[in-house]
Amino acid sequence: MTIPPGAERRRTPARRRELRRSDDQPSPEAARRIAEGAVVLTGCVGRLGRRVVRALHRERRVIGLDRRPFPDRPKDLEHHEIDLRRKKARDLFRGPDIGALVHLGVMHDPTRSAEEHHTWNVVGFQKLLDYVGEFDIPKVVLLSSANVYGPRPDNPQFLSEEAPLLGAGAFSEMRDLVSLDMLAQSFFWKHPGTETVILRPAHILGTVRNAPSNYLRLQVAPRLLGFDPMVQAVHQDDVVQAILRALQPGVSGVFNVAGPPPVALSEALRLLGRPTLPVPHTLAKATLDRLWRLGMTSFPAPELDFVRYVCMVDDSRAREVLGYRPRHDLEQTLAAVDEERWP
Amino acid sequence: MRERSALIRLVDVAATDVLPFAQRTVARALRRADELSLELLGPDFDDRTRRLRERYLALGGDPFGLDADTAKYALVAAAFFHRFYFRTEVHGLEHLPEGRVLLIANHSGQVPLDGLVIGATLFLDAEPPRVIRAMVEKWTQTLPFVSTFFSRVGQVVGVPENARRLLEMGEPLLVFPEGTRGISKPFSQRYQLTEFGLGFMRLAIETNTPIVPIAVVGAEEQYVNLGNLRWAARALGMPVFPVVPQFFVPGMQLPLPVKYRLWFGEPMRFTGDPDDEDAAIEEKVFVVQQTIQRMIDRGLRERKGLFR
Repeated sequence: MTIPPGAERRRTPARRRELRRSDDQPSPEAARRIAEGAVVLTGCVGRLGRRVVRALHRERRVIGLDRRPFPDRPKDLEHHEIDLRRKKARDLFRGPDIGALVHLGVMHDPTRSAEEHHTWNVVGFQKLLDYVGEFDIPKVVLLSSANVYGPRPDNPQFLSEEAPLLGAGAFSEMRDLVSLDMLAQSFFWKHPGTETVILRPAHILGTVRNAPSNYLRLQVAPRLLGFDPMVQAVHQDDVVQAILRALQPGVSGVFNVAGPPPVALSEALRLLGRPTLPVPHTLAKATLDRLWRLGMTSFPAPELDFVRYVCMVDDSRAREVLGYRPRHDLEQTLAAVDEERWP
Repeated sequence: MRERSALIRLVDVAATDVLPFAQRTVARALRRADELSLELLGPDFDDRTRRLRERYLALGGDPFGLDADTAKYALVAAAFFHRFYFRTEVHGLEHLPEGRVLLIANHSGQVPLDGLVIGATLFLDAEPPRVIRAMVEKWTQTLPFVSTFFSRVGQVVGVPENARRLLEMGEPLLVFPEGTRGISKPFSQRYQLTEFGLGFMRLAIETNTPIVPIAVVGAEEQYVNLGNLRWAARALGMPVFPVVPQFFVPGMQLPLPVKYRLWFGEPMRFTGDPDDEDAAIEEKVFVVQQTIQRMIDRGLRERKGLFR
């Protein structure tokens, strides 16, 4: 999409407020630490975490923080099996050569309580940010999600980074993700010495166990009768690429991350060869509510809005500032949900 | 046991007989629609659909979900009204620039058939064929089928970001700045423009888009509105409640077969600050409003009758 000459971008109040300070560059010392220092990586045992480890561990020191064991980890990964809420996690940030914190360790587990989610996702992350401030770590990367904007009937087709985070209304887990994003935003303003990057990727597809990938892995994909929104997906390796680019010295702010051009949901399912089952919205909502209460499904009913309304993002800032380009086309991105090869 | 086998038999009948029959019927209906469009609209129609499809393929698919093949069938219906029902006369289509353009028209006739006819004109008569993009109300997105249909025929949710993006893509965007005020005017106020909204002018200045004014003559008489009942509208939560006697006469729900006349004006360009005060923007909007009123008056003087 090109903007013809003469057509200046409108300077709306939102644009003036944008979270970006590309003009002030880090000091040479901080830049060296960001570029060469060790990376503290939370959630390194997760499927996306393993991919980030594989991409990083040969080039620099990686300190993994995850309470799950990591049996077949690369030898040069320092893995610490601790709960990130514990005081011991603080010790990992001590030392002059820690360059960055990459936070992927967001809990999303339908078998655990909302309270557990809250203390892990919000209170835990707040503590990590406190350590970053205390030890002057020069870089923080948070993997948030485009879901924080929320699927809504009045969404513009592509949301910019300044769009309000309205995804929280639906259910408590989304509220936690929105608080997480907001914590990182306030940290951005309070600690100008640290480059804070918030990545908001569209639906990540791949071997990861998230709602969109799980949905596309269903043998028969239920759809809402009469609704067929345009959807955006991004390949898990493109997200890894975006994380690596966010680790470059000199970049900070909020970045939407999207993959190949959007398609209609029905077209995506057709490309994957999945049979679909159209269900009226009221019936689908009632069924999911009941199944969710019985613990028989990992999809809470409010997530139905993702197959009802658009929630797509404009990633032009990531392309411009981070130099991010998705390397996988639509077919590869969709097919990634079926490949079970682990790194 | 008997019941179960009956159920199984029912499912069997549904799967082997009813479903293929339904599929065949739908396929036959679509084929018939294709033949009909070829018969009525000539081979040119297919060629135009093909060029449309190629345009969006070259763009890598339309990000708003426009599908040329679905739009085709909607256009067949629009073409019926345009060519045969309203026998539209189009003037000044040569003023339409290539690339992005804001089409500003008067809104009239209780039911938005004027938009449909302008859409048919841009597809059937303009060179190259284009699909007109317009903005729909946000609540339509909550309706099943309706939301999907609007998105497949290129109509988008009415938020400024979408308008900006469509213009950046080089699409023609149709705006009725009078909105509901215009379309539900009573018969006594026909062809008198109501107050224009200002949003389109800010958009045009900001994106440096030419404005083509359009006067629609004829639509005012398709339904005769005796007046709007404010209390009924308030009670029913509707924006207006027009009293149209035609709606209550059986068999008269279709609009009267008036003759439509479309007048396209010369492109107008405006410069300035898009964030200027309302007063400054209003002046520019007034220029457009005057132009359209003049075009309407001229169209009314020149027309020979309502139906011919």
